[in-house]
Amino acid sequence: MIPEIGHYALVLAFALSLIQATVPMVGARNNDATLMGIAGTTALAQFLFVALSFAALIACYVTSDFSVVTTYENSHSAMPLIYKFTSAWGNHEGSMLLWVLILATFGALVALFGGNLPATLKAHVLAVQSWIAAAFFLFILLTSNPFARLPQAPLEGRDLNPLLQDLGLAVHPPLLYLGYVGFSISFSFAIAALIEGRIDAAWARWVRPWTLLAWMFLTVGIAMGSYWAYYELGWGGWWFWDPVENASLMPWLAGTALLHSALVMEKRNALKVWTLLLAILAFSLSLLGTFLVRSGVLTSVHAFATDPLRGVFILAILVFFIGGAFTLFAWRAPLLKQGGLFAPVSREGALVLNNLFLTTACATVLVGTLYPLALEALSGEKISVGAPFFDMTFWPLFVPLLVAMPFGPLLAWKRGDLLGVTQRLFGAFALALVGLAATFVTTGGPILAPFGIGLALFVISGAITDLIERSGIAQHRSVGLASRRLSGLPRSAWGGALAHLGLGITLFGIVCESNWATERIAAMKPNETISLRGYDLTFEGINPRRGPNYIEQVGTFIVRSGGDEIGRLQPSKRSFAARGTATSEAALLTRGVSQLYLSLGEAAADGGVTVRFYHKPLVLLIWLGAVVMFFGGLLSLTDRRLRIGAPKPAQPKAAALAQAAE
Amino acid sequence: MGRLRAILLSLTLLAAAPAFAVQPDEVLPDPALETRARALSQELRCLVCQNQSIDDSDAQLARDLRILLRERLKAGDSDQQVLDFLVARYGEFVLLRPPLAWHTALLWLAPGLLLVAGAFAIVLAARRRSKPVLTEPALTAQERARLRQLMDQESS
Repeated sequence: MIPEIGHYALVLAFALSLIQATVPMVGARNNDATLMGIAGTTALAQFLFVALSFAALIACYVTSDFSVVTTYENSHSAMPLIYKFTSAWGNHEGSMLLWVLILATFGALVALFGGNLPATLKAHVLAVQSWIAAAFFLFILLTSNPFARLPQAPLEGRDLNPLLQDLGLAVHPPLLYLGYVGFSISFSFAIAALIEGRIDAAWARWVRPWTLLAWMFLTVGIAMGSYWAYYELGWGGWWFWDPVENASLMPWLAGTALLHSALVMEKRNALKVWTLLLAILAFSLSLLGTFLVRSGVLTSVHAFATDPLRGVFILAILVFFIGGAFTLFAWRAPLLKQGGLFAPVSREGALVLNNLFLTTACATVLVGTLYPLALEALSGEKISVGAPFFDMTFWPLFVPLLVAMPFGPLLAWKRGDLLGVTQRLFGAFALALVGLAATFVTTGGPILAPFGIGLALFVISGAITDLIERSGIAQHRSVGLASRRLSGLPRSAWGGALAHLGLGITLFGIVCESNWATERIAAMKPNETISLRGYDLTFEGINPRRGPNYIEQVGTFIVRSGGDEIGRLQPSKRSFAARGTATSEAALLTRGVSQLYLSLGEAAADGGVTVRFYHKPLVLLIWLGAVVMFFGGLLSLTDRRLRIGAPKPAQPKAAALAQAAE
Repeated sequence: MGRLRAILLSLTLLAAAPAFAVQPDEVLPDPALETRARALSQELRCLVCQNQSIDDSDAQLARDLRILLRERLKAGDSDQQVLDFLVARYGEFVLLRPPLAWHTALLWLAPGLLLVAGAFAIVLAARRRSKPVLTEPALTAQERARLRQLMDQESS
């Protein structure tokens, strides 16, 4: 009964989405408030029905109802409850349902908090949002029904892929989808603006919080996935330039560019057409990512051809929305008026530079990801484009961006003073140089490493300089006034500085990990000790242990530093009977923001074992930086000027302070 | 992100008994040679895996390739000779960094071309935008007279 309720709720949601996709459009055309008002109601109802459908799916998994095909294929009655829960979206059908749930959630949020939007804009945005929803509902109902039943219910399920039996699955896909799908709102706003043929600074102000929200989730979603891969896959890598990773990086790059260009549009009424284009691009890349991951085209062009229905369906959705959006753009964008002149050296100019490098980097990743597929489809030649290619092409585009980053926020709008800004960044330069020299002297390691450290320090201290400059302490020499000005700063100013700081922190972690991570590979016998970077690792022994749905061999190792025991590492090898597969669970020991990482290899008959032991200096900074970026976004989001809901004019006192500080 | 890759990875685990990337018995005694071997193996694709280098992969084939590569290095091959040898055997598919050739020209040139094209477009757009300001029509004689009149009033 429950699966049928879920299925039926999904059908109803589809029907509602068709109403929401058409009726408000008619209403907006005829300026009929009643018809336009339907958009909000249907958006909420649609959300409720998708939520009901999703809840039904969760219920099937939690109760281990193996009469449902996907439950049978991806769940097991002995799994811990949390994994029964998360395995609902650990497969194609369930993850698509999660996708539309989040899409409907964003639609409902616009319906709830979009009270300050002009009626026609709100109607158009929700209608466009519902076109996307309708397409994906149809996709799920026709090709990927998560509620399909088996004629006879098997006694036991085939278990979830062991690699996915991890907390990462609970956190990573929902966060990533919140980011991916969140860009649909920016997309819908862009299409609505094109349909109405009107776009102004107010539009940018409405779009920014939604874009920011999506960007925040995508940032932590990617970081979470990276950390998950780092500890789960067992060889300590955290970014592989895998097509699936690239699929999430591309919308992030485009979304980051969009955040910055929307800033120019809001403040200076310039870059309108470009901002629209980026809003379309960011979501198009999200759709492309969904296609790449969900169609199986990545495995090989041939795998795609053997089960073509799903792939072709998503491809059709892709072509319809991306093609349609760009056609509409080409047709209507020339009608939009450009405003706001600025000199090349100005805040706007810096943001244009930011956009140039971000979009080129994004395009590079796109070309690298799709080139092998295109080449194979066209000429049959098979080539690989992997990490060495991306490292060689991505960083040369990203480094100039990072160098320019501290300058941007310090430049004035309209016309900036590059020399003045350079002088104000003197402290940051000095710090970067000291860091560079110190790294060079102490390590003498890879030649690029000191420059990486210098750059990261420059970005970090540049973000701090931004705040110091805004406090005006250099001019007034008064701590009281400076702290008053800082607390009076708009939260978006703090947010921006914090986000830049976060990127600097991530960069610092990346430079340290990729240059100074060390590893030992060894075959160890009980009571044998190996050393790495001052840490002594002693192997105690290996013991079997029984988990809820697996048996594991757990190795016990003691870590000593200077003779004192500082911790125990218990990496294991698990074998899952239901699937006949094995996983290797690495053990981590965190020291400050550095980590010791131990993973287990083959066990020998004599009680010995092979291990891979890593020291990863400052590796946690990579992900902590992303968390800082997230909080920067959150702080911006609480800015009264951007707050979702009714923006009220700032109170005179706060406004005066903010103006003085800017 | 890790999902598809995880699933595919588990498929390769199914295919080959779970082994381990870079086994202790593979490591060469000569540290300089071993460093070269590690660097090289990060450039080579494990042919049965999804976008993994043979350095990362725990598939049996990756192990065979790692051993083969070390044998070539011990025999005195240069890095390029090792790569050429493997390409001759397995095709260009084995290289994670494709060589610059006609069929990869677009791939390698794309970043540079796109950057230049983008910069060009920005310059063009900036020029076009600033043009209306430059070609602001000059005041007509009538307007100038009116302006003078207004200014005279102001000063008097």
